[in-house]
Amino acid sequence: MADKELDWGKRRFLVAATSVAGGIATGAVAVPFVASMLPSERAKAAGAPVEADFTNLAPGEMTRVEWQGKPVWIVRRTREMLDSVKQNDDKVADPNSKRKPEWTPPYARNEYRSIKPEYLVVVGICTHLGCSPVDKFKPQPEPFETDWKGGFYCPCHGSLFDLAGRVYKNKPAPDNLIVPPHKYLSDAQILIGEGAKGA
Amino acid sequence: MTHFRKLLVALLAAPALAIAAGEDVTLDRAPINEHDLISLQRGAQVFVNYCLNCHGAGYMRYNRLEELGLTTQQIRDNLIFTGAKVGDLMKIAMDAKDAKEWFGTPPPDLSVIARARASPAGSGADWLYTYLRGFYRDPTRHTGWNNTVYREVGMPHVLWQLQGEQVLKTEERALPGGRKEKAQKLALEKPGTMTPLEYDKLVADLVNFLVYMGEPAKRSRIELGIYVLIFLGVMWVLAYLLKKEYWKDVH
Amino acid sequence: MAVAEKQPVTGAGPFNGLLTWVDQRFPLVQLWREHLAEYYAPKNFNFWYYFGSLALLVLVLQIVTGILLTMHYKPDAAQAFASVEYIMRDVPGGWLIRYMHSTGASAFFIVVYLHMFRGLMYGSYRKPRELIWIFGMLIYLSLMAEAFFGYLLPWGQMSYWGAQVIVNLFDAIPLIGPDLALWIRGDYVVSDATLNRFFSFHVIAIPLVLLGLVAAHIMALHEVGSNNPDGVEIKKNLDPKTGHPVDGIPFHPYYTVKDTLGAVVFLIVFCVIMFFMPEFGGYFLEYNNYIPADPLKTPPHIAPVWYFTPYYSILRATTENFMWVLAAGLIAYSAMVIAAVKINAVRIAVVVIAALLLVGFFTLDPKVWGVVLMGAAVLIFFGLPWLDQSPVRSIRYKGWLVKGALALFVVAFFILGYLGTQTVTEGRTLMAQVCTLIYFVFFLLMPWYTRMDKTRPEPARVTWQGAH
Repeated sequence: MADKELDWGKRRFLVAATSVAGGIATGAVAVPFVASMLPSERAKAAGAPVEADFTNLAPGEMTRVEWQGKPVWIVRRTREMLDSVKQNDDKVADPNSKRKPEWTPPYARNEYRSIKPEYLVVVGICTHLGCSPVDKFKPQPEPFETDWKGGFYCPCHGSLFDLAGRVYKNKPAPDNLIVPPHKYLSDAQILIGEGAKGA
Repeated sequence: MTHFRKLLVALLAAPALAIAAGEDVTLDRAPINEHDLISLQRGAQVFVNYCLNCHGAGYMRYNRLEELGLTTQQIRDNLIFTGAKVGDLMKIAMDAKDAKEWFGTPPPDLSVIARARASPAGSGADWLYTYLRGFYRDPTRHTGWNNTVYREVGMPHVLWQLQGEQVLKTEERALPGGRKEKAQKLALEKPGTMTPLEYDKLVADLVNFLVYMGEPAKRSRIELGIYVLIFLGVMWVLAYLLKKEYWKDVH
Repeated sequence: MAVAEKQPVTGAGPFNGLLTWVDQRFPLVQLWREHLAEYYAPKNFNFWYYFGSLALLVLVLQIVTGILLTMHYKPDAAQAFASVEYIMRDVPGGWLIRYMHSTGASAFFIVVYLHMFRGLMYGSYRKPRELIWIFGMLIYLSLMAEAFFGYLLPWGQMSYWGAQVIVNLFDAIPLIGPDLALWIRGDYVVSDATLNRFFSFHVIAIPLVLLGLVAAHIMALHEVGSNNPDGVEIKKNLDPKTGHPVDGIPFHPYYTVKDTLGAVVFLIVFCVIMFFMPEFGGYFLEYNNYIPADPLKTPPHIAPVWYFTPYYSILRATTENFMWVLAAGLIAYSAMVIAAVKINAVRIAVVVIAALLLVGFFTLDPKVWGVVLMGAAVLIFFGLPWLDQSPVRSIRYKGWLVKGALALFVVAFFILGYLGTQTVTEGRTLMAQVCTLIYFVFFLLMPWYTRMDKTRPEPARVTWQGAH
């Protein structure tokens, strides 16, 4: 072997350059591979904004709409229900929705977490591990809370939310229920998935 | 060694050979330009107006037409006549059973028709271009129409008001050497609302759109391919130098 | 304790510690040495020696893209066709992955055919490499099965009718045939049940077998060492100082850098096809397959994908008249075998087998024999290590007789392949019959013509033009 002819610098450079190029190639191929597992056009189309009409919703009742495969609750709150929200301020962990501002659009960042106080629009998925809580609107002593003023109870791990979707203190769920981007098309008709302009 | 390389070349050339030995249907070359957005937009318009009533395009989404330079609103206003949302597939409501009764066979989905109609005789575009201009009056058919490319086709001539009515005439033609040959030729008997030139352009636009719809990713495919090849070219140089450098050791 | 006895790993910089830890619990260094750093390969590998590593590359590509496609594909007769178009349109990057997989399928066969031809030229199947060849042939068989099962999945017209025709081949087997075909399909025609089980075979059963066989193929290769274009055994000339073959070089780094170059060149060709002509003129993706499967309407012209066409031609060439030619060939061949062997028991066996075959030729349908010939055309490759009786391995030192036979065989193979893509005419059938005969004669007469062949003596060392 004629070692004296060898240019180790050149060799090292070429090994490095080819390895880098190979690495780039592998990375570039990985991009579409990884991307293929993202939501497809079909999933996106299914996730398009949906309209919800609640003309026939009686006070104190709730209706469910599917948006992006998730349940969206629309609750028509009575005067008493709205009052209970006020009384709950000490019991909830984040009364003014400050922890995750992006989960409460600006137009809903108020006392009742809604555009119109009468109608609550939230994504019905517990912020803990994704179960859907059940509605317990009747104010009465419950096994999970003796001074229950009405709200939502998550059967999976016992998280509690009040009638503004705010999470109770000292519960597994860390945050208030998400208010989806939405806007009113008419008095009793909203578009979920698209926020009010400029908001 | 070189013999075997030649053999390899022969192997790669075999497809060309096979294409040369195709069928004897002569297809007109479709004068389409896949980069002409105006033509594609017009084709889309013709498609939703004339085809989308009986044929679906069940793998294609309306909002993908944004690739043709249209806005969501334009698509909603000009191309969607059903209650479909802009992200929906271009499906039709026709019942397959009814369709079978009316046309003998349910009208095929047209999403990939331009790819399916390719053959050794010509591209799918050529076939469609010739087919859509090849309808003629035939009283023996229950639709009243026949076609030079697709004999006994179940589909009536949907664009007849534009093209007018053609008939198939048999002409005798003298061949060199005194022999005579019978040739069939289409002749326009009743003109339509369009001149033959205008009609051909309309069909070309429609075919252009059908070709686009057959493979909407084609443009990105070719674009990406160029970058990939440039990169591989650089990589080839590096790999070549690397191999040469190491193989200096081998005596 | 054995743990402490191993030498620590060196040369990996900051990873020395970690690798030492692993090596004391796993034969890491040993594997690295045996298969790469101290696997001595002949230094005179030429162009034809790229295709082994390329086959491995394509295998990896097919597995990775296949896994991703499986995430979106629906093995359901009502949804399969649409799900492929869904991949092509709605899945981000789906079109690229699908084209990689479809182009990869054809690329796999191109690479494997060239790899096999290399073996044919340089006698890579000769002792002691018979098992490498047999494992390789099993890989080839699995690959054919894999391709066949996979081809049904897009659920187009070609998929459907191709599967229908191939499954009906089993129908030809006497007695059990019809029930066997029914069992394979799980229905009276190719249907949803068939699609679902073919999917299972395609994505899990055959790939597992394939991986095992590839491992066995490489292990057998590294046990006996690689052949080379000269066909001389490099292990016969060991360097007295190092104990390594003088004509051998460590696979790593010499062949890793060379195969990297080969891989880049291959990828350039692959990408040109994949990006600019993924249908490859209707050969890689057939036009008819863009029409959803219709059990009521056979397309006017059906042909298998190009890599099966040579065998398909042999199948179609077996007509009633051809049976007479086969019978005459069988009698002549039996006579030759009887004259050549000295053991009476063998002679009697040959007569009995020939007699049974002859009776079969004219009692069973030619259809049966078409299937038998088609199967035999593939299986006969297994016999190569024993059919080739030449004193030398490589074509370089063989005479014109063997070279001519190989050339004729390749030409016949190509013609059969071409004819398989075409419709049947009388002239084409005759041509296919002639080529079928050439195909089988190449193998069956090999023990004779390789012995008669005028060979040149093999050199003691490999020829290496770089020697200065």
